[in-house]
Amino acid sequence: MPPSVTENFPGRVRGRVSIGWVWGAVIGVPLLLFCAWALSDNAKLFVRTLFNGVTLAALYFVVASGFTLVFGLMRNVNLAHGSLYLGGAYLGWMVGDASGSWLLAVVTGFLAAGVVGLVLQVSVFRFMPGQDLRQTMFTIGLSIVLADIMLWSFGGEIYQFDPPEAIFGRTPMPFIKAYPTYRLVMLATAIVIGIALWVFLNRTRVGMMIRAGVDDRAMLAASGVNVQRVFAITFAIGAGLAGFGGVVGGTALSIAPGEDTRYLLASLMVTIVGGMGSIPGAALGALLVGLAEQFGLAYAPTYGVVFTFLIMVLVLAFRPQGILGRKT
Amino acid sequence: MSAPAWRRAMNTPVGTLTAPGVQAMPFERPGHAPLALGQRLRAIRPRHLIVLAALLIYPWVATPFFTFQIGGQALVLGLIALSLTFLAGYGGMVSLAQMTVAGIAGYCVAIFGDSSVSQISLGWAWPWVLLMAIAVAVLVSAVIGWLSVRTEGIYTIMITLAIGVAFYYLCVQNYTLFNGHAGFHHITTPQVLDVAWRDPVPYYYLALFWAMAGYFLITYLLRAPFGLALQGIRDNARRMNALGFNVTAHRVAAYAVSGLLAGVGGVLLAYYNGLVTPGTVNTGALINILIIAVLGGMRHPIGPFVGAVVFVLMQTFGIDLASQLFGDWARERFNLVIGMVFLLIVLFSPDGLLGWWTQLRARLRPSGGAGRSIPAAAPH
Repeated sequence: MPPSVTENFPGRVRGRVSIGWVWGAVIGVPLLLFCAWALSDNAKLFVRTLFNGVTLAALYFVVASGFTLVFGLMRNVNLAHGSLYLGGAYLGWMVGDASGSWLLAVVTGFLAAGVVGLVLQVSVFRFMPGQDLRQTMFTIGLSIVLADIMLWSFGGEIYQFDPPEAIFGRTPMPFIKAYPTYRLVMLATAIVIGIALWVFLNRTRVGMMIRAGVDDRAMLAASGVNVQRVFAITFAIGAGLAGFGGVVGGTALSIAPGEDTRYLLASLMVTIVGGMGSIPGAALGALLVGLAEQFGLAYAPTYGVVFTFLIMVLVLAFRPQGILGRKT
Repeated sequence: MSAPAWRRAMNTPVGTLTAPGVQAMPFERPGHAPLALGQRLRAIRPRHLIVLAALLIYPWVATPFFTFQIGGQALVLGLIALSLTFLAGYGGMVSLAQMTVAGIAGYCVAIFGDSSVSQISLGWAWPWVLLMAIAVAVLVSAVIGWLSVRTEGIYTIMITLAIGVAFYYLCVQNYTLFNGHAGFHHITTPQVLDVAWRDPVPYYYLALFWAMAGYFLITYLLRAPFGLALQGIRDNARRMNALGFNVTAHRVAAYAVSGLLAGVGGVLLAYYNGLVTPGTVNTGALINILIIAVLGGMRHPIGPFVGAVVFVLMQTFGIDLASQLFGDWARERFNLVIGMVFLLIVLFSPDGLLGWWTQLRARLRPSGGAGRSIPAAAPH
């Protein structure tokens, strides 16, 4: 794939540090002023919004890291990622409802979506190598079909499930009297998953293969690795993370038709902002998008989405490959 | 591009790039000789005239329902999908935000013109409203283009989808400008020449006029230096850059052109529905435009119109047919059916219905005499 034309101007690199400072000041100073104002005006609202933003970012990270992993390695823009999220949530809910075990529901969500992803990779995508656009179109069609099947089988009702007693209550906090424990657990889970992904990608053999594949697929294949197997594993993990996020997010929020689009949008935004194919980028992107969304909702309700959008526009305007993305 | 075409391109001095034979080089497909503009005028075949006559006579034969709901709607959706075909088929940029651009034009008609929401609507005179709507659509499309073209090909689809979905959420959330969930109703067509433009026959001719204008604009552009450069960029941006073409500028300009088409289509769609709501620009609507373009085929500007006719027919009658064939459960499963059709097209016929048509012609005429112009199938 030829690199885009804008990347052929090495002159831009030299000025980056000073330009970075200028931009840091342009964005950071108003941001600090806003924080100072918000804290003095209504500290409770500010802190609660901050917590909401960070915990939402945790959920976004879990979902989007799967998306970005698949994209980074296979160049497959899986637009059915939101459907996998919702599908995992529904199946997890069914199992959780039948067995009464929340943990079982989480495992089901992960496994079910992972198996779907595995089957997709093995039965469809491996026969369209290098056809990015066709793969993407296929995932679009798939998302339509899956959304309709889910609407058909689960109807338009809103589903919700309760986490185990131990993590259900509220935890005392400074400024705000208490905060739902579950959302804090969600944050911890995301951190654990982030670390696990880091260890997996950096310390295991398969992870090394995946990273090598992200950098140069042809070279990886040439060095004797069964690329198709690496692809299948990656797709299963990526899809599984969406299903896992579905159950975890469905517990904190709710499961309803339309959520698939919401989390697909979140995944897209996070990936675009953070950098395509980068796990740390996904963490940073999720943080920015989650905070922007919650602060937007709290302080400018009818323009909430504009802030997320602005972040995306700014990133695309000045760093098209994403904040932590590398040039391909 | 085929290897021989490459070699020819490599061995051609830059100065002669404007020679007609080389000019159409990026366009080249096996067995299809490119035509210059003059030749093209001479290339009008009887079937083109037949199609034109059929299109003109159609409303006098068809019932008002067929004229308006099928004919008018298909022409308008086809026009919006044409803007995507131009971008994707000839510019190599699959934008999912075409319906967003069309929807923005529709919102402009409601905001600057008249609607049921008198607090927001400004009630300008119609020429200014239309001018404003189209100008905003072109501008928005160019900005979307500028944001998305600086990354590599496949990101375009992500970025445009993100922009489109974000705009949908903005429309739903925002009441001061977009009137939230309810949107704008009672959008009336302007009083021009004493014609009730929303009546089936006048609306059909209005849509036909603009659809044909869009179609001929695109066919003209594709042979103009701009269109040829665009196709060159689609095939190899790096080489075009080396040849001195400003790749980003060409791509952004292509987005602006597509914004013009989508804007006109969006205005017509707002008049067709008489309303514009977030539902006009939701994810389903964005993807429907892609479905129409892919269904018809992106190899020729007639593709989106063929796709639109099939899509509208399926939307209108396919469900009745399916429910009769498979029982009542199929009645509410339009998305399932259309999704399946889309999957089948993507899997088995990447060139859409036009691809089938070309294959059929090739089989019927094995001597290879098939010209490069794919005859226009009547959109009804």
